[in-house]
Amino acid sequence: MRIALFVTCVNDVAFPSTGIATVRLLERLGVEVAFPEAQTCCGQMQYNTGYPAEAAQPAAKFARDFAGYDAVVVPSGSCGAFIRDVHPKLVEGAVPPVYELTEYLLDVLGVEQVGAYFPHKVAYHPTCHSSRLLKVGDRPTRLLRAVEGLELVELPGAAECCGFGGTFSVKNPDVSAAMGADKVTHAVESGAEYLVAADNSCLMHIGGTARRSAAPLKTIHLAEILASTVEKVLA
Amino acid sequence: MSPTPQSPPPNSAAPTAREEILARIRRSTSGHARPAAEVDAVSRDYLTAHVHDGLIDLLAENLADYRAKVHRCTRAEIPGVVAKLLSEQGDRSVAVPDGLPEAWLEELRAPEAGVTLVPDSAALTATDLDAVDAVVSGCALAIAETGTIVLDAGPGQGRRMLTLVPDHHICVVRCPEQVVASVPQAMPLLDPGRPQTWIAGPSATSDIELDRVEGVHGPRRLDVILIEGEAG
Amino acid sequence: MSGTYVGMPSFPDAAHRATRDKQLRANLTRATHTIRDKRARAVAELEDWEGLRQAGKAIKDETLAHLDDYLLQLEAKVTEAGGIVHWARDADEANRIVTELIRATGQTEVVKVKSMATQEIGLNEHLAAEGISAYETDLAELIVQLGDDLPSHILVPAIHKNRTEIRDIFNRAMGHWGRPAPEGLTDTPADLAEAARLHLREKFLRAKVAVSGANFMVAETGTLVVLESEGNGRMCLTLPETLISVVGIEKIVPTWRDLEVFLQLLPRSSTAERMNPYTTTWTGVRDGDGPKQFHLVLLDNGRTQTLADEVGRQALRCIRCSACLNVCPVYERAGGHAYGSAYPGPIGAILTPQLRGIATDLDRSLPYASSLCGACFEACPVAIDIPEVLVHLRAKVTEDAKEHGGHRLERTAMRAATYAMTHPAAYRTAEAAAVRARKLIPKKVPFGAGKAWTETRDLPELPPQTFRQWWKETHR
Repeated sequence: MRIALFVTCVNDVAFPSTGIATVRLLERLGVEVAFPEAQTCCGQMQYNTGYPAEAAQPAAKFARDFAGYDAVVVPSGSCGAFIRDVHPKLVEGAVPPVYELTEYLLDVLGVEQVGAYFPHKVAYHPTCHSSRLLKVGDRPTRLLRAVEGLELVELPGAAECCGFGGTFSVKNPDVSAAMGADKVTHAVESGAEYLVAADNSCLMHIGGTARRSAAPLKTIHLAEILASTVEKVLA
Repeated sequence: MSPTPQSPPPNSAAPTAREEILARIRRSTSGHARPAAEVDAVSRDYLTAHVHDGLIDLLAENLADYRAKVHRCTRAEIPGVVAKLLSEQGDRSVAVPDGLPEAWLEELRAPEAGVTLVPDSAALTATDLDAVDAVVSGCALAIAETGTIVLDAGPGQGRRMLTLVPDHHICVVRCPEQVVASVPQAMPLLDPGRPQTWIAGPSATSDIELDRVEGVHGPRRLDVILIEGEAG
Repeated sequence: MSGTYVGMPSFPDAAHRATRDKQLRANLTRATHTIRDKRARAVAELEDWEGLRQAGKAIKDETLAHLDDYLLQLEAKVTEAGGIVHWARDADEANRIVTELIRATGQTEVVKVKSMATQEIGLNEHLAAEGISAYETDLAELIVQLGDDLPSHILVPAIHKNRTEIRDIFNRAMGHWGRPAPEGLTDTPADLAEAARLHLREKFLRAKVAVSGANFMVAETGTLVVLESEGNGRMCLTLPETLISVVGIEKIVPTWRDLEVFLQLLPRSSTAERMNPYTTTWTGVRDGDGPKQFHLVLLDNGRTQTLADEVGRQALRCIRCSACLNVCPVYERAGGHAYGSAYPGPIGAILTPQLRGIATDLDRSLPYASSLCGACFEACPVAIDIPEVLVHLRAKVTEDAKEHGGHRLERTAMRAATYAMTHPAAYRTAEAAAVRARKLIPKKVPFGAGKAWTETRDLPELPPQTFRQWWKETHR
């Protein structure tokens, strides 16, 4: 099996720790990961903003960059769903088989217990594209429950969108901010120290809202919790 | 959008709204000419009924859940139940549809009952009915899963206004022969050519804060009498 | 990113005000959450919900694919049963037809049962200008009419008002329209409903003409169907001598049997009930029972134009249940008025710009009034993929802008992003520049998209090294 990491443009620049955690986790589990360095972005921003022609180019490039790999692992539910659902409409020929990280761990590797250690109270936010488009279901929470030291608490109104929505967050800033504020309120109510999700774009919005209002809440990508060990807790 | 001439002469060739809308539809659906043989290609991957047993209990439960008052009795007991329900509400007059079994109102015919029977007639107006306290009717059928009774203006049910304007509606359902499990079972038994009123509980509204409250324009009290035991 | 991302101000502007209205926010949150939970329970009762949903979708698609045939069949059946069918290309034509029909009766007032189609064409305003009073009889529509307000929800047009506000409207306005509110009216829903009953009863008993819409029209039999809860529908459909129903051409189902699907889907999706309290069906006119005259006005008004769009036409499957509104986080915060149409919420965001076109700032902004969270698609009983249509309409908006020279900066930014994404060297340079400049990014950006973001949110602090750089250092 030739496995490639699609780190995503947001993670590459703004959240490299998520990419690093994904690589460390997979290598710890014995997976040899490649990183095709020509990779850039999936084109979701252009597509969802109304520029399908502009999105088709990065989509075609994605197919070229990842051609020949047996599996592409993506630490983002949103990008994973976009590649899987929309790329086939934009490019001719086969789209490489894409797995969101939790799908890869459970469905391909068949591992629920990844040997992680994270001694904190955590609430899981099922981001919309992970849950409604990819339908990852309980995969993330199964992985979290298996983490040693981790206490998973319930997030009120968990299924509600955080209000990021890509360019929605700047085209409709008031509604986006109101949704973000409610998500932060719910996360704080849950009593969690960390809000975890499988999408850093949502976490950037929620975390930025929490920091601005000085809410007692930290945000973290699921990969970073799963990569944490007794020797080294990433956070 | 329409190519209407400045002053259309009589019988002009300008397309009518009907012609134009049909033409627009044909353009929009690529002038689809329907093959004669093509009928119903819809897949119906749903259940004909969700329950099969205990239909009368379920009907009673679901009617009550939407605040209808349910009474179960034998055929012989109907006159007493009807009289009691009317007297509970203090009703002094009751509308009677054509074809309602006479026995049902037996007890009301005694002068001491103090209830005026108002037989339906073409001359009876909505304003007249507004002064009538109650109405007793039968029904075409009842649907257990949804707690619904259906009236179709058949014998013993009357014109639609009869069961609408008085504030108290007493409806009699013959069990089990008038009870079906589900909406899909009800449809083939109902004649679309007849005006129908499907009733699930008394008048209600969710218009204030999306919270359901009973009682607006239709009868505010709905009593449903389920008669069992002596079919036929 | 540049300021042009905020290129379509209308929905955002309205939402800007709505999100700051604490009372409105509280009313909407309370109401939508109440119904949301109930709906989930009502749907969960049916194990075959998905099968019903797919059948509902398929029946509506079949209707749309052969709409001309079904309309002709419907027309023939209604006519055979003693009704008179009229066709209206647009709002003006429909309003004219209805006005003439009312004039012919010699009446100057009509009672109305809530209808989205007549709101869409602005019938009440048109009739008022022609000297005809149209009385709304649905409780929520009454609240809106008495409050000189606009509807903000498909099912519950006065959802933006709470019980206390409703009591104040009744006390203030009922007397101007007819019977005043009872002395000492409280704000309990039961008392408010009773006040509406008393106020409207005299109108029902007096009315000679009623105007309605319809939830369904059965082509096979010529039957019209209205679902309601309060009994005002039964009053309007039964008591007057003349009934005029204005119905969109897409409201057809082919067969009587098809109702078995929609009479299960609609009540559970809209009011979260197993069955709504009252459903009325009628076919033409019937001797001695109900109206003596029945007119059916079939309304196009942009529907055929919508039908021409292969992706967008699925919006015509809509059965107006409002489940998408009740689960929508954007609707919950912005309120229905922000959508500037009779059709608010997610369905409005795809229906309005198709029915009306995208000629105004408002209509162009509607496809963007969504975070694409997908809750609407999940709740839709006829499986309208609202996010898919939203994105499709966004592409139409940007295409239209290209032709008219709008959104130039946004398009330029998108093209620049695309260039960088397809040219790895340029991409790496841009990345490296962003990381180098990270200390220069202020906490609050004073203009454009950066301003929109940093008004309420901190930007993430960019780390000193990209993932790509880390990979090079550790894996080569």
